[in-house]
Amino acid sequence: MDSKKPGRRRFLKGGAAAAGLAMGAGKVVAADATANDMAYSKKDLIAYGERSHFVTSIREPVPGRMSPDAFGLVFHVTTPLQDSVGIITPSSLHYVATHRGSFVPDIDPKQHRFMIHGMVDRPLVFTMDELKRLPYVTRVHFLECLGNRSGAKAKTVQDTHGLTSCSEWTGVLLSVLLKECGVQAGASWMVAEGAEEVKGASSIPLAKGFDDCLVAYAQNGEALRPQQGFPLRLIVPGFEGIYQTKYLRRIKVVDRFYMTYNDYGHINPDPKVTALTVQWGPKSVITFPSGGQQLSGPGFYDISGLAWSGGGAVKRVEVSTDGGKKWQDAELRTPAYRMAHTRFGLNWRWDGKECTLLSRCTDELGAVQPTVAEAGKFFGDPPDKARVRGTDNSIQPWIVAADGSVRNGHA
Amino acid sequence: MGTLRLPLLALALGACTGWAQSPTYGLGKTPSADEIPAWDISIGPEGKELPPGRGTAAEGAKLFLTKGCGGCHGPTGIGARAPALVKGGPERGQPIPQGMEGMHMSPDTGIMALRSPYAVTIWDYINRGMPLFKEGTLKPDEVYALTAFLLAKNEVIKEGEVMDAQSLPKVKMPNVNGFSDAPPWKHGQPRLAGYP
Repeated sequence: MDSKKPGRRRFLKGGAAAAGLAMGAGKVVAADATANDMAYSKKDLIAYGERSHFVTSIREPVPGRMSPDAFGLVFHVTTPLQDSVGIITPSSLHYVATHRGSFVPDIDPKQHRFMIHGMVDRPLVFTMDELKRLPYVTRVHFLECLGNRSGAKAKTVQDTHGLTSCSEWTGVLLSVLLKECGVQAGASWMVAEGAEEVKGASSIPLAKGFDDCLVAYAQNGEALRPQQGFPLRLIVPGFEGIYQTKYLRRIKVVDRFYMTYNDYGHINPDPKVTALTVQWGPKSVITFPSGGQQLSGPGFYDISGLAWSGGGAVKRVEVSTDGGKKWQDAELRTPAYRMAHTRFGLNWRWDGKECTLLSRCTDELGAVQPTVAEAGKFFGDPPDKARVRGTDNSIQPWIVAADGSVRNGHA
Repeated sequence: MGTLRLPLLALALGACTGWAQSPTYGLGKTPSADEIPAWDISIGPEGKELPPGRGTAAEGAKLFLTKGCGGCHGPTGIGARAPALVKGGPERGQPIPQGMEGMHMSPDTGIMALRSPYAVTIWDYINRGMPLFKEGTLKPDEVYALTAFLLAKNEVIKEGEVMDAQSLPKVKMPNVNGFSDAPPWKHGQPRLAGYP
């Protein structure tokens, strides 16, 4: 790197001067900028920019687990939600959770094909170019792993909630493609399959496929990232992560639940638990102040957090600063898209005393985010043994201590 | 298949709304007759898509070693780095090696031959996903034999039973009633009535 310095400096100066000339504006060539240029490569400055090296927010393995594990197959890395702003997760910070994920397939999009077959009148095989010629939609949706569970051991919101992320996805509605193929009467399910080594497949209700599933080729304004399924993935809005089939190569339209390997891993004998496992309920979490953060003293703070639901749009978020005795409505700071992270905020004046912060989401179906105790009560758990079945959408408590430190209220 | 479907079609037309479709864009290619079976590796619980072939546990026991399965799952199918495939054995009770927590489900209840409600799911997964780095290379006879081996080692079938497209879907799995269907998915329907 050092050996290239003189060349790069000459190039940068030349480039900056050329830019200034081209734009006819001398202020483009600022003295400070020249001094700082050395921190960035030619690639950063021209071809594909990177964030400031002062910004260090990174994904981390789920606590207590190696990613990849010793066998090299299991991979769970979390989004640093404590640093998040707005609702879009940078693609580089999107969570990854998979049992074969350290092998990211290297798929040439020119060679990639996507087939729809089974109970259809006209089976079809699409190239990526053909898919991109079809009418597309762009939608904001969260993804979330079934393993995203809070617990006593977690320290930060990255630990408790980091297996969810939110992106702007672009692609073709699956309903458009299904109609091109002509789905036959009697069809009720579909099996979506990826092109990676293990060809992971999941059974998905066909009604969901017609409703809002998206055959996506783009994420946040560019092609999907390899870890997110490049070149093609199925987005099943609001369903848990395993259904969001990466490297999508095939959809087979069928007339029953197919009990794939992915499916069988999530089965439960209790129909109530099964119902709570497929789709996410209303959920929210305060990202500031959250575990591991430090308030500098009493005074004004803007409580900030994310709310979302697999059942549709977020209708309401309430915040309590006294452990749930009183609740007040938070402001929704972004549009509340369906099945998408929604940013909420609440102006707050901290009096310097220990307190417990909570947030509670209500979605467009009127479903309300439960506490762990409320979730357990539905199943008859005693209060001290309460636990959450299926997807964990329980309320997360953060305790602000008198010294301004913040810790996990489940600890 | 087509003739069987006709009465079904007539029956279901009334219930099935809004899915009458004709092509609008004319994009996409019709796959050739051999392309669909070459791509279609999904085997449903009834085993309708199972290919011809046969295998026994004794043949599977040999393949388990020669195909390298034992290298990751252990020569006896338990106690190594990859998930345990066989119940019991002297390895039971050993702590899970550090860093391997994610690969190990709990003993017995997590073993595929005991947990999967359908034997066909085992065939489907071996066929599509094994062996590691050589996925999709096993021949149907070999997949039947390996499936028979796992079922026999877990005492789901007898040692000598031949597994083929007819017998495999009929295997009575111990966990056949160990799962429940989610309620039919509908737009705008809460997950579970009465749940907070």
